[in-house]
Amino acid sequence: MNAYQSWGRYPRVEQDARPLNWRHQPLPLAGLEGAVLAYGQGRSYGDACLNAGGALLPTRRLDHFLAFDPQTGLLRAEAGVSLAEVLAFCQPRGFFLPVTPGTRYVTLGGAVANDVHGKNHHRQGTFGRHVTRLELLRSDGSRTLCSPEENPGLFAATIGGLGLTGLITWLELRLLPVVNPGLAVENLRFGGLDEFFALSADSDAGYDYTVAWVDCLAKGEDRGRGVFMRGNHLETPPQKQPKPPRRGLMIPCQLPGWLLNPFSLKAFNALYYHWPRREAVSQVLDPLGFFYPLDAVDNWNLIYGPGGLVQFQCVLPLDDAATVLAEMLTLTARSGMASFLAVLKVFGELPSPGLLSFPRAGATLALDFPIRGRKTWDLMAELTRLVRQAGGSMYPAKDACMSPEDFAAFYPNHHELETWRDPRFSSSFWRRVTGQEGQ
Amino acid sequence: MQKILILGATSAIAQATARLFAAQGAAFCLVGRSRERLEIVAQDLIARGAAEAFCLTADLGDCDGHQALIQKADDQLGGLDLALIAHGTLGDQAAGQADFAIALKELQTNFISAASLLTHLANLLEPRGKGALAAISSVAGDRGRQSNYIYGAAKGGLSIFMQGLRNRLAPAGVRVLTIKPGFVDTPMTAAFDKGLLWVGPEVIAACIHRGVVKGREVVYAPWFWRYVMLIIRAVPERFFKRLKL
Repeated sequence: MNAYQSWGRYPRVEQDARPLNWRHQPLPLAGLEGAVLAYGQGRSYGDACLNAGGALLPTRRLDHFLAFDPQTGLLRAEAGVSLAEVLAFCQPRGFFLPVTPGTRYVTLGGAVANDVHGKNHHRQGTFGRHVTRLELLRSDGSRTLCSPEENPGLFAATIGGLGLTGLITWLELRLLPVVNPGLAVENLRFGGLDEFFALSADSDAGYDYTVAWVDCLAKGEDRGRGVFMRGNHLETPPQKQPKPPRRGLMIPCQLPGWLLNPFSLKAFNALYYHWPRREAVSQVLDPLGFFYPLDAVDNWNLIYGPGGLVQFQCVLPLDDAATVLAEMLTLTARSGMASFLAVLKVFGELPSPGLLSFPRAGATLALDFPIRGRKTWDLMAELTRLVRQAGGSMYPAKDACMSPEDFAAFYPNHHELETWRDPRFSSSFWRRVTGQEGQ
Repeated sequence: MQKILILGATSAIAQATARLFAAQGAAFCLVGRSRERLEIVAQDLIARGAAEAFCLTADLGDCDGHQALIQKADDQLGGLDLALIAHGTLGDQAAGQADFAIALKELQTNFISAASLLTHLANLLEPRGKGALAAISSVAGDRGRQSNYIYGAAKGGLSIFMQGLRNRLAPAGVRVLTIKPGFVDTPMTAAFDKGLLWVGPEVIAACIHRGVVKGREVVYAPWFWRYVMLIIRAVPERFFKRLKL
């Protein structure tokens, strides 16, 4: 069954699939030898959503709501409901997602399992902070309610727990009340990393959403240039209900790898930098356009050619982040392999609730690269080495190549998750980073 | 507030369709075999804005219970604006060829039981002079093919039955909508390899919702199947019989 891939389309693995249809039913473990793993929309980049030699439990048919309270904004829904579906439901009712990643095509279960973050991390922290309760179905048939009060240990292990503690059947999420989901956005050009950090420090108090795009191909004087985006939800009620999203472009098939070459990338990056025609541009944006620019292109991962793509996302302690980031950008620019969207953001101080949550105070950088053999892996190794030296960490949901040693350095408490793990649940990622590969 | 009866309410297409009406505050009577599944669906529709959602468990293959079932649903809802017949099975063609008992069951579920329900519903709505009946047929009913002519015959029979019923009920002002989906990715078709022409149940649901709102007669879902089937029906039988379809 090759229909189930990760977003980076690497690695390619053989695995069984047993789709789940109803939350009251037991786990379909009969006749299965290997491990199982819930699979939502397959938007993890590497192997966190894969289970080579085992079985996936696709959850997209677990898409029922259980309850919604329009007073409190508490939504209880099955784990296979996507953020896109939540948004379509809650926007007309005056609510918004409290935290959203860069794509709305992820399931609630996936958002919890990876404790995702968004452009408002400095205000709202991670997704898991807004989850008030969840039900976990374990391979022994037990159903456990978990919240910060009930079974807090299992709750913390499940948030950012990479799906390893069992199947999340449903969860309760506190939605964010908004007068108007639309956004007032400012785009500000910056010439270098110091300028970025100054802008970020200035903006975090007054803006709910901040993020920057960096030109990862700019060298010399231009190194670290980019566009800083900051915004707030509008405070006047919308004139009319937002239109349902139009179907965007679609990449119909895998594109040849040579399309992404130093010239096309340089051109794209230069255009993007100069897009705000002045130093600063203010505009009112539709939330879908602001939060999910890439969702407008279906299957954009196919642009990266036959080898697939690999993501690099790290977080670095703020103290010497500027120096380390400069080094990373130099390495990347020299490799000539970088891609469209290099994203830079400063995470806030709010603690992440999960045992293995990735976000923590510091600066986070995300880059993606087409996989072109040795060259790509060497660059990834260099970048990873810099993260370790700086005492940073890397994001499992994006990862396809960190070593068990790297993982142990980034997540020294991973043994604790192993004790909460359901014995029948595992993933390709988990076996790789805990050195159980081949077992 | 629309009062909607759904027969086979736990099917993927029925659920997706019900959600669209729930968003507009409809009231539902949901019929299916499994109490647990019906309750999950009812809870979902309420959370999405439905005014009410009653559940009735019944095996729709049993035609003897149909009249009482329709009566009960009508009583619970206090009237009926729309009835959607969505139950069905996709049997194993080869098994049905080898053993007619299996084929009979397929015809029973997909044609006989639907015809029985439609008859009771028509007799209920005709004197009232309003309401709409909709049933999920299939493009497979547009032409017999060796790979699934038992299912195709049942659905083809249903399409003809509804065509006649539409003719009968037109003077009374009761509308009849035949829905003909193509390939739909649902638990019923889980075993198939999915190609380009496959769509999710929510695409079919949108077609059904539009068909009901606009008072259409026959809806192909998605729309392009109307033209695909036009071509398939146009192939002369003496060539068609040699094709491996």
